[in-house]
Amino acid sequence: MPTPRTLGSSVAGCRWALPVLAASAFLAALLHQQWALFNGYTEFVLITAGINIILCASLNLVNGYMGEFSVGHAGFMAVGAYAAGLLAVKILPGATPVWAFPLVVAFGGVIAAAIGFLLALLSFKTRGDYLAIITLAFLMIVKSALENIPFTGGPRGLLGIERLTTLPQTVAWVIVTLWVIRNLVYSKFGRGITAIREDELAAGAMGVRTREAKILAFVVSSFFGGVAGSLFAHQLQFINPATFDIIRSTDILVMVYIGGVASLTGSLLGAVLVTVLAQLLQPLGTWRAVVMPLTLVFLMLFRPRGLLGLREFAWLLPGRELLQRIKEKSP
Amino acid sequence: MTPLLQLDAVTKRFGGLCAVSAARLEVQAGHTHGIIGPNGAGKTTLFNLITGIYTPDEGAIRFEGTNIAGFRPNQIAARGIGRTFQNIRLCRDLTVLDNVRMAYDVRLTSSTWSALLNLPSHRREEQRSIEGSFELLKAFGMDAMAGQLAGGLPYGLQRRLEIARALALKPRLLLLDEPAAGMNSAETLRLMEFLRWVREHFDVTLVLIEHHMKLVMGLCDHITVLDFGVTIADGTPAEIQGNRRVIDAYLGEEVEA
Amino acid sequence: MVGAFACLLLVSLVPLPFIVALLAVMVITAVLGALIERVAYRPLRQAPRVSAIITALGCGLVIQNTTLSLSPYARPMPRLFESRTFEFAGVTLNSLQLFIIGVSGVLMLGLDFVIRKTDWGIALRATASDRATVPLMGVPVNRVISLTFAVGGALAGAAGVLYSQAYPVVGAAMGALIGWKAFVAAVIGGIGSIRGAVLGGYILGVVEVTTVVVLPSTWRDLIAYSLLLVILIFKPNGLLGSAAQQKV
Ligand SMILES: Nc1ncnc2c1ncn2[C@@H]1O[C@H](COP(=O)(O)OP(=O)(O)O)[C@@H](O)[C@H]1O
Ligand SMILES: [Mg+2]
Repeated sequence: MPTPRTLGSSVAGCRWALPVLAASAFLAALLHQQWALFNGYTEFVLITAGINIILCASLNLVNGYMGEFSVGHAGFMAVGAYAAGLLAVKILPGATPVWAFPLVVAFGGVIAAAIGFLLALLSFKTRGDYLAIITLAFLMIVKSALENIPFTGGPRGLLGIERLTTLPQTVAWVIVTLWVIRNLVYSKFGRGITAIREDELAAGAMGVRTREAKILAFVVSSFFGGVAGSLFAHQLQFINPATFDIIRSTDILVMVYIGGVASLTGSLLGAVLVTVLAQLLQPLGTWRAVVMPLTLVFLMLFRPRGLLGLREFAWLLPGRELLQRIKEKSP
Repeated sequence: MTPLLQLDAVTKRFGGLCAVSAARLEVQAGHTHGIIGPNGAGKTTLFNLITGIYTPDEGAIRFEGTNIAGFRPNQIAARGIGRTFQNIRLCRDLTVLDNVRMAYDVRLTSSTWSALLNLPSHRREEQRSIEGSFELLKAFGMDAMAGQLAGGLPYGLQRRLEIARALALKPRLLLLDEPAAGMNSAETLRLMEFLRWVREHFDVTLVLIEHHMKLVMGLCDHITVLDFGVTIADGTPAEIQGNRRVIDAYLGEEVEA
Repeated sequence: MVGAFACLLLVSLVPLPFIVALLAVMVITAVLGALIERVAYRPLRQAPRVSAIITALGCGLVIQNTTLSLSPYARPMPRLFESRTFEFAGVTLNSLQLFIIGVSGVLMLGLDFVIRKTDWGIALRATASDRATVPLMGVPVNRVISLTFAVGGALAGAAGVLYSQAYPVVGAAMGALIGWKAFVAAVIGGIGSIRGAVLGGYILGVVEVTTVVVLPSTWRDLIAYSLLLVILIFKPNGLLGSAAQQKV
């Protein structure tokens, strides 16, 4: 429960807002699938935005709620993308049926989560700068390993992935991601995770199972990082190790810190903003890679918690938390 | 009767410095136990050893008969030892209520899956955690500020909240590190009443580190004196007040004053 | 990387003797280091640690990508002096290699001495260990930190020049790779220990060279970063770093 301030507060209205929003987004995606409401470019941008929301929300769990600084999220994305891509291209025979695609995506997530678990073990002893370096090393190792293993296609990458990432599938995964992360964050585990950010030592002395909380944060975060990677691979139909470099991690970091740390509303906003911005900055070419980190530096200087840091729209909260807010206001 | 807490020749070194050396301590259930000694005597280190923040280099720490030396802090907390810190360590960016809830949560049992999927069993448990924590805050007269950020509270209320948070663990032993620090004598008297109330109301054994002699002498059944990491005296307040070594090491002026 | 580029720029504008170029470059990168500290780090000194890490990463990427955008292709670097080849105890060395080893040795010994013995070095170490109290003792913390960044910048610039002499191609990406490597070396040795950094640098260098001899050269990064992970697992504070127990 890391959100002291709530944006919007009418309980009655809020309780239905999330299901209604989610359902209508999914419905719109289905309608589009049927009658092609949007043109190809718009569809591409929408799917990219969806993948970015998943990446941003899942990284926010570790970097925002838990207050660590992971620069390795592109690594989890790579693991997910390759795991799902290889499964679909090299292991499963024939074309992947549409109904099986969620399983392929989930497979990418599970493999990424397994790696995330290992990284979590490393986070028991090290924190802050050192942990940041560990995540960086992880990213480099993943990239370098993918370049050197012939099975994954080496530096040239993996070709011939089917185009299975449709808008409805993406929207569904976005909803699942936000729902699960919200459930986690507003549970006893989420309180443990935020307590670690605030004061790990005091949290431990107050009974917070810090190791379990760290494992959970890393595993869930990397799972959805892997899911995003799987979707990404099946959107572009081609992946290579260079796609998942530190620049991609930086892009996700910018989303998290623009939108706001420890806020799912913020992640939604940040991911969409950055996606749109990236499209607008396309003509700048390599200067884009200057603008993004520069934005990050300015954000840190002038609004270190991002636009909606530590705040949440009321409609994203579970019902009982909402009631709690009301009670807090009039005890 | 076996003591609730028993430290047996506990030693902790930091590099060349022996912060606690072969310390012995016995705390009887139901007692209020005072630990006094000059600054740097190793009192806080003793608390850190008991709560698992440091692991002892030598010796055993028995709580209700189990040697808890080497346990992780959260395991020790879950066994029923709560504490406050000399420099307040609240989660400043969390609300008052959430600070309490994070400790209250030790007794929740629902699984990870039920939390991730927000299953009814988990929802019921969370509801109980909200209500239980509110109740505790109400007992402390702090329910009106449940939604405020802990970091924004005035100093005195932060100290009070730290005690409330520790009590949310439902501990059998509560360690208080200089609870009266920064208080004037009127406030200290009120703190004494408050601690008496805590002792009764929560049925908890208190161990407190304090420099305020009035508070220590007025509240404690038993006192241990540390100096340079060594236990130099141990006994009832009357015995301690009459002890030459203690007066030399520490009490001198204050006893005469 | 900026060091190498500044050097390239200088020597292509005016023909300079090597030593002058080296010193000029060090001044430029020192100013840049101090500037970044002033603009991007100083305002964050009270902020959470994470913010400073982020700006550090951000500044690095900004500099690198600016250069990349200005000069997308790697450029050849003119040799600044003739190198001769020696045979010594069966090992072939040339004067350039000897010179690089010599210059870096002198700089490291100098830095180690300065940090351990001079007033500034003592002030620096004091600042690192307790930033709250040191100003109360009359240490001008801002100046100490600025100077630290300047020295760091100058040394990085020197490294850039030396590197560009050893591998006479200058590209925007070189800085990022070497910068991360420097970081890795520092972490392996233990942050906060100059001797550790030197040790880490040599270990990393030996491991990389050995890797390239034994395995395809593309394995180099994989091995280097895996080494880092393994060392951090067993020595979370690096080889020579000390594990301070947090005071409560
Ligand atoms: N984590 C630590 N690292 C090094 N020295 C410590 C640490 N914690 C405490 N000390 C030293 O141990 C001694 C006892 O400290 P402490 O227990 O805080 O004393 P006090 O009785 O005033 O609470 C002091 O000299 C202190 O500097
Ligand atoms: Mg103390």
